[in-house]
Amino acid sequence: MTARDDILGRIRTALNRPEGAGPPPAPEYANQSLIPARAQGTPAELTERFIAMATEVDISIDRVAGAGGVGTAIAAWLSAEGLPDRAVVSPHPVMDAYGLDDAPGLTTHRDTTRGDDLVSITPTIAGIAETGSIMVTTGPGTPYTLNFLPETHIAIVHVDHIVGGYEDAWARVRSNGEIGTALPRTVTMITGPSRSSDIEREVTVGVHGPKRLHIVLVGDIEGGADGKKI
Amino acid sequence: MTAAAPPVTPPVTPRVGLFATCLVDLYRPSVGFAAASLLEQAGCEVFVPRAQVCCGQPAYNAGDRANAAAIARQTINLFEGFDYIVAPSGSCAGMLRRHYPDLLSDDPQYATRAQSVADKTWELIVFLTDVRGWTDIDASWPASVTYHDACSGLRELGVKNQPRQLLEKVEGLELRELEAADVCCGFGGTFCIKYPEVSGAMVDNKVDEIVATGAATVLSGDLGCLMNIAGRLSRRGEAVEARHMAEILAGPAIGPAIGRTADSDGGKA
Amino acid sequence: MAHQISLDFSKNAARAQADTDLQSALAKLQRDTRLARSIITGRLPEFEDLRDRAVAIKDHTLANLDHYLETFEANVTDAGGHVHWCNDAGGARETILQICRDSDAKIVGKGKSMVSEEIALNDYLIAHGLEVVETDLGEYILQLRGETPSHVVMPAIHLKKEQIAETFRDHHTTLDPDRPLDVPRDMTEEARAKLREKFLAADVGITGANMLIAETGSIVVVTNEGNGDLTQTLPRVHIVIAAIEKVVPRVEDALSILRILARSATGQEITCYTTFATGPKRPDDLDGPEEFHLILLDNGRTKLLEGAFRDVLRCIRCGACQSACPVYGAVGGHAYGGVYGGPIGAVLTPALDGIDKAWPLPEASSFCGNCEAVCPMRIPLPGLMRRWRDIAHNEKLNKAGARRGLALWAWAARRPALYRLGARIALRLLKTFGGRRGYLRRVPLAGGWTTARDLPAPEGGTFIDLWQKENLGKTQGNTTGKTGS
Repeated sequence: MTARDDILGRIRTALNRPEGAGPPPAPEYANQSLIPARAQGTPAELTERFIAMATEVDISIDRVAGAGGVGTAIAAWLSAEGLPDRAVVSPHPVMDAYGLDDAPGLTTHRDTTRGDDLVSITPTIAGIAETGSIMVTTGPGTPYTLNFLPETHIAIVHVDHIVGGYEDAWARVRSNGEIGTALPRTVTMITGPSRSSDIEREVTVGVHGPKRLHIVLVGDIEGGADGKKI
Repeated sequence: MTAAAPPVTPPVTPRVGLFATCLVDLYRPSVGFAAASLLEQAGCEVFVPRAQVCCGQPAYNAGDRANAAAIARQTINLFEGFDYIVAPSGSCAGMLRRHYPDLLSDDPQYATRAQSVADKTWELIVFLTDVRGWTDIDASWPASVTYHDACSGLRELGVKNQPRQLLEKVEGLELRELEAADVCCGFGGTFCIKYPEVSGAMVDNKVDEIVATGAATVLSGDLGCLMNIAGRLSRRGEAVEARHMAEILAGPAIGPAIGRTADSDGGKA
Repeated sequence: MAHQISLDFSKNAARAQADTDLQSALAKLQRDTRLARSIITGRLPEFEDLRDRAVAIKDHTLANLDHYLETFEANVTDAGGHVHWCNDAGGARETILQICRDSDAKIVGKGKSMVSEEIALNDYLIAHGLEVVETDLGEYILQLRGETPSHVVMPAIHLKKEQIAETFRDHHTTLDPDRPLDVPRDMTEEARAKLREKFLAADVGITGANMLIAETGSIVVVTNEGNGDLTQTLPRVHIVIAAIEKVVPRVEDALSILRILARSATGQEITCYTTFATGPKRPDDLDGPEEFHLILLDNGRTKLLEGAFRDVLRCIRCGACQSACPVYGAVGGHAYGGVYGGPIGAVLTPALDGIDKAWPLPEASSFCGNCEAVCPMRIPLPGLMRRWRDIAHNEKLNKAGARRGLALWAWAARRPALYRLGARIALRLLKTFGGRRGYLRRVPLAGGWTTARDLPAPEGGTFIDLWQKENLGKTQGNTTGKTGS
């Protein structure tokens, strides 16, 4: 008897289920959606909510009208914050569109990192209005470490990638019910810079992960109040 | 949890068995009389079966299910013939309402009867407001009070807004809410005797909050909590007095507060 | 750091109550979490529905646990991971040590994991020559101090910043002894620098898992610090240790549970980092562990699955019951002796360590019910404590004096006429002791009561007697006619 047999045997005895009983019928709840109302709305509403929720968790947000302006905006933000002008960028082709390599005041290299980079710039899968979270994944051009090791993480979010709830974000990586290796090795929802309240429950930001999470939000969207663009 | 809907055709003058609870029986008969008065004011005929003792909770919570079940059966025999069973205690009413069915679920003679008793057992205040729809309080208490939500009533029976709703009707009464009205006072039945220091710390916190409100009187719906709180108030030499809700709501005939005598009190008595 | 079960809750509690630093920390914890919870749940109208959903998810999973574990195992294996089933703590420790040895590991980085506390993993690995570094800030502090967590999600809640500063000065001896360590920020920075070296040097990373997702073979790890992510991605080998009840069927189920987890644990909408990881590094990935091992541990769960205690397997280790428990608030987590303090400990420790060793714990509750009220998984914790009390009563584990008192009382309560006579006598005695004062300072046989409070003197006369006097004829029970006396 292996431990596996022992454990499964005890479970089946406890549940009075025969071996090979097969999958149970889908539970009733599985077909009833329970998505919070705040995860729903028009694209403009969701964008506004995303910005509000992200701001609450100490994410700073910069807006640019088009992808080409991202590099300049980042250079300006780094300079204004007194941060280093050198950044490691996810080695993914999608990053070519942002004018990162020729932006004055910004030096970049495309690579993974072992911790000697102080600033990283990464793409995102989605921005999630429900909680102001961003979703990032690991892949050949998107090393995981860029989201965690540098002190400053700059994430690029496209307005038309802002979704309502967690499920909507997951639909962007799992539209066909992917499982196992068909999924990225990691899918992470990040909600603000690293923090801890382990010492006397006082919140301190920047424990093991980034001390700053900065989002550059690309594009705008019709439908704001008074016909304004959001 | 809120109170279930009253029966479709409630009896015009329901016959109510008053389950006085052992603490009221022994320590504070005036709560029993106040409860009976309120029930009568709300149009009920009140009966007090003489052979009633305790709901059995001390045994039930000590793991002695056999004795708890025996006492439960005794209570069921005594009370099942009434239209309603009402107790001036969320804890004891909760025992009948929430725990008797569990306790007697394996007893073929009593399982159904326990459920039927459970279904018609109510905590006094909720019975008045939610079952009788009665809120015509005719009482006056021109002073400040604070209110402690006794745990069992609050969490097992949903007693929360009803007492406040009735207190609002008391002429001259000013309710000053505790910062954490729904935190346990540390009574917990035999808990307070088995773990006196822990219980003592809990009641001390409660008394701190009571004193901080500046209210002259603390009210609650369970005599166990009130004796605990009153005992700590006395030990600390605080002037705040403790009373059961029913005493204030029932109207004029109000005696000395818990643990006070006409001599020691000098207050409202 | 093996935990020790103390048989003497009262003694532990007394020590905790005398510790004024601990008392102020606990008071702050309870005040803060109470406020945070009311704000955060108030912002999510669906919170109660989500709790119901979470309960339904877990109940369904537990009722079909073998199926979901096998599905999970198959998907982890397909994704290139290895699943190791372990019956008990010993099996899990040996398996983990073997994996470390097979990869020639010297340094092990560890994410916060309650189940690793259950099996006292660190001591074992250290005894076998490995350097083990806790990476959660709170756990790191405790490791330096040789202490165990006192709260499920806020492990170092019992410590003041001055104590932590002293610990850092004692252990970080290469740093300037006069450096400022006055505020949490200073210590956080220092720990960041110290632990960053370890993250980068670790050969093996060990984390727990908040959930296991059957349909995808993924694990879910949530942290605020990001240490869980660094632990599972930088070392060559990632070992996950999870108990069998952590599995849920689908990604959607995990997302529903996530919506109540952080809100219940810390009063956040969601933690900073929520990572779903599936298997080891893919061929084209630039980082990630070469090996992915998953320890599926029973350690008493299957026994709980059998009977009255199954509901406790819904627990998601959020610590809400601890933060909300007034007894925990008076004594802290360590007073409970076991790995888990508070209400969840009062239910789980007897299961893990035996009711004979853990007996007093299920009794150390006022049954106020606040734990059940805040438990996101609606675990009937007071009811389960009562189940343990039933067992303890049957096994005669409770104190002889208390048993005798209860038996005498019950004997009388089952004889209403005699009870009434006894009541009259008792009242007369109390009146004698109480005299004309309304309170009694000392009462024979009621020492526990009068330790902290006076005993209000009875008004005089029993209600039943007085009522009978006033309402002759109305006292009859209307059914049996058996009214005693």
